[in-house]
Amino acid sequence: MGSITLEQIEHLHRRFKQISGDQPTIRKESFDRIPDLEFNPLRSKIVRAFFDKRNLRQAPDGLADEINFEDFLTIMSYFRPIEMNMDEEQLDHFRKEKLKFLFHMYDSDNDGKITLQEYRKVVEELLSRNPHLEKESARSIADGAMMEAASICVGQMEPDQVYEGITFEDFLKVWQGIDIDTKMHVRFLNMEPIAHCH
Amino acid sequence: MGSQIFMRFNFLNWLLLLLSLECPFAATYFELSNLSSNSTTHYKPDHHDAEGSAQDERLNVFTVDYNYVQIPYEVTLWILLASLAKIGFHLYHRLPSLMPECCLLIVIGALVGAIIFGTDHKSPPVMTTNIYFLYLLPPIVLEEGYFMPTRPFFENFVSILWWSVLGSLLNAFGIGLSLYGICQIEAFGLTDVNLLQNLLFGSLISAVDPVAALAVFEEASVNEQLYMMIFGESLLNDGITVVLYNIFIAFTQMHRYEEIEPVDVLAGFARFFVVGLGGVLFGIVFGFVSAFMTRFTRNISAIEPLLVFMFSYLSYLSAETLYISGILAMTACAVTMKKYVEENVSQNSYTTIKYFMKMLSSVSETLIFVFMGVSTVGRNHEWNWAFVSFTLLFCLIWRALSVFALFYISNKFRTYPFTIKDQLIIAYSGLRGASSFSLAFLLPMHLFPRKNMFITATLVVIYFTVFIQGITIGPLVKYLDVKKTNKKESINEEVHVRMMDHLKAGIEDICGHWSHYQLRDKFKKFDTKYLKKILIRENQPKSSIVSLYKKMEIKQAIELAESGMISSAASTASLQTHRLSPEEVESMRDMLAHSLYQVRQRTPSYNRHNLPTETSEKQTKEILIRRQNSLRQSVRKGNSLPWGKPASTKNVRFLSLPYGTHNPARRKARHDASTGDYSSDSDSVVSTIFSPQLRAGSLGANRRQQEMVPMERLARRDKLSGFAGQRGTPSKQDHTARIRRPALMPKPQFDAVFEEEIQGYESEEEEGAVAASRPSVKWTAEKRNVRRFHKAPTPPFWRK
Repeated sequence: MGSITLEQIEHLHRRFKQISGDQPTIRKESFDRIPDLEFNPLRSKIVRAFFDKRNLRQAPDGLADEINFEDFLTIMSYFRPIEMNMDEEQLDHFRKEKLKFLFHMYDSDNDGKITLQEYRKVVEELLSRNPHLEKESARSIADGAMMEAASICVGQMEPDQVYEGITFEDFLKVWQGIDIDTKMHVRFLNMEPIAHCH
Repeated sequence: MGSQIFMRFNFLNWLLLLLSLECPFAATYFELSNLSSNSTTHYKPDHHDAEGSAQDERLNVFTVDYNYVQIPYEVTLWILLASLAKIGFHLYHRLPSLMPECCLLIVIGALVGAIIFGTDHKSPPVMTTNIYFLYLLPPIVLEEGYFMPTRPFFENFVSILWWSVLGSLLNAFGIGLSLYGICQIEAFGLTDVNLLQNLLFGSLISAVDPVAALAVFEEASVNEQLYMMIFGESLLNDGITVVLYNIFIAFTQMHRYEEIEPVDVLAGFARFFVVGLGGVLFGIVFGFVSAFMTRFTRNISAIEPLLVFMFSYLSYLSAETLYISGILAMTACAVTMKKYVEENVSQNSYTTIKYFMKMLSSVSETLIFVFMGVSTVGRNHEWNWAFVSFTLLFCLIWRALSVFALFYISNKFRTYPFTIKDQLIIAYSGLRGASSFSLAFLLPMHLFPRKNMFITATLVVIYFTVFIQGITIGPLVKYLDVKKTNKKESINEEVHVRMMDHLKAGIEDICGHWSHYQLRDKFKKFDTKYLKKILIRENQPKSSIVSLYKKMEIKQAIELAESGMISSAASTASLQTHRLSPEEVESMRDMLAHSLYQVRQRTPSYNRHNLPTETSEKQTKEILIRRQNSLRQSVRKGNSLPWGKPASTKNVRFLSLPYGTHNPARRKARHDASTGDYSSDSDSVVSTIFSPQLRAGSLGANRRQQEMVPMERLARRDKLSGFAGQRGTPSKQDHTARIRRPALMPKPQFDAVFEEEIQGYESEEEEGAVAASRPSVKWTAEKRNVRRFHKAPTPPFWRK
């Protein structure tokens, strides 16, 4: 993945220490120390992503109990903006990595595809901040989205065909037109970290 | 080939028609101008000596008094002429892609000008300072501000601000100073034009009007950043140039040019900021006030458009009173207001506002262009080779300079810098238009003895940029192969992008970085917690995904109801299984696009002259529905049922949530009736994806309904000519987490769905489906059931 500058590493290290409470590792509970994160509907998924062994490149599935700074950096590196001097192959690889990260967020049971249930769960979570919305709506949207994905990925389906779920290849196809590069990055600007936790 | 000839012929036809229209006009002008020279002209039926003294003695059967109506009459004629020309323009398909619409307007203006000049007719004094600034300019500004896509604007806000403010300043001063330098050269005979006048000219000539460029960009679907830069520039540039203009005029009026001290210059500088920022603040305040007002207008929705327009106009006028930039005030007001007003007003009001705004701004612009044309073919010219040519040269040079310099700097701070290609395009799209002309036209003669020269130069620049640059910018964009946006949109994308937003915000929270995402999040939080509670009716929840989804359901409901309505009540639908057809996806995407202030590619194209085009299918459907509705209304008036009133249904904003509370009997009735072949009724409606095997397969496949996606259930709620209504509770569906060929509605197509009509439909459907099998008592009871359901709190009807 792209490289992070020394400055940014230092900054992240400081941040890591804040989150971990000066411990060498952080656990899921450590993220409770970030109050702003509470309002995020995807909170649990995001936190989970940090401990997902697939993202940490440690194992094909499972969750780590705790992660150290190196792992923290690994996760953060998924959010690097692309650099101008990358060639086609690197860009492609970069893009795939980011998309894999996303895919793992959807695919919680690690079976390599996003099933309808998983998709529904994601959409429900997305809309969870909204107390007035009902589960039905989330469901319908998820269903609609799945259908669409089916039509993109599989094309015309036979009446008896069953669409199991979105595999990573299908996922790539769906994202083909979308410019993930411009969307999935965090600007590592040189600003003072907001002191959140104590 | 044949159609091409036909088109050409048609165009020629139109041209001839226009010309032939001109002749009688000209004749009328000529004749009437002669007539009007005598103040009263009478036709007397009986013989009378023409010595005038006895003119008033007899009652006149037929009199002509042109003076009385001259001004409105001619103005109306001009506007009509422009409209006719636009029709002709669009009929000939190749023309809109060749040249931008403002070219056409200018040509029309020139034509009218030629006629007026030729017939020696004195044009009515429609264009004065007051009229321009008070009546002609506000609609244009309001329309620009109202239709601005907010999210991309704010995402690129800093860049846009940097570029427009500094760009305008740089251009104005650069051109002014360079021209001053030229004027110093004795040989050109321009030494009497002093520095201030040059600076003033520089400021007015740097007012860009890139509507043509925007239209081209839209057409070529260039990337969002580029589009927003130009758009933002046009928005802010107007305000800034007018501010500069006024400051310089004030300076000029200080008479003693030599006595302008640094203090004054500093004061001018400070004034620039006060005027600019003050305008924005003013606008925001007014925006909030008007949004607040619309919260209470539920029962008098007819005044909603009035509120919107009057408050915006008021913000403009109040700002102008204090010599603050009214343009910026009005823009800020429109932007602020739009978000909340759209939540509150009824669909009709919303449509009215949209169309009326477009209409007003079109009229304004037409008038300005006509004036431009009239001025072109007039006597108030002073041609000075040096001044004119150097003006043109400097305009081009300074624009290029400012673009490259400013973007070079701002690129250092942007994550995704603008490429040289982008910058080239931006430099090339500096078209001048109505604003420069108006400002030049309105220069006070006593302060600017060489006003005519300024006007000439301005006109030359405008003609050059609009015609030559305007026509060639399209090919240039294609040639340079500017980075495009991607047009594919889907629900998936929507969901993913949402995910991304939250993910990014989350990561940023974890990193502890501020970025504009956080800012936006914070603003959203503040907005939801406080602002919306105050400004929006009934605190309706808004999740964009869901709202648009609802909208789609409503559309489908209407679609179905509509097509079902046409058929007889007996026929029912069986479930057709097919995937989401491209049309359906298109409509979902459409809704997504139009409901969310997301990337520009999803918002309607900005074109001052047109509203985003609706496909003719949608429109015909709309019309059909409206007609049927009115038919039904007239029929219904005979009944004593309470469903006749359209207006009272405003509080029910929408319909479709899945019901648990169904009348099982009704369901059964529908279910029993479900045999017929639905598709035969709605062949025209259903998409082509239907294949024979589908139909065959689905007929017996009632069971398949079990596995159907809930979406259909939701929409089918209102189906009259039934629909094998599977109103089962959702739990059944959970067994199969897979998606079989789901049955779906045929493509929903409407955009503007009226709430009353929805209600109307529903009642009809109930009537139709139920009348056969129940006494009316039960029917009303059922209706009450349904009605009660509707009153459940629901998200608002999300419109475009």
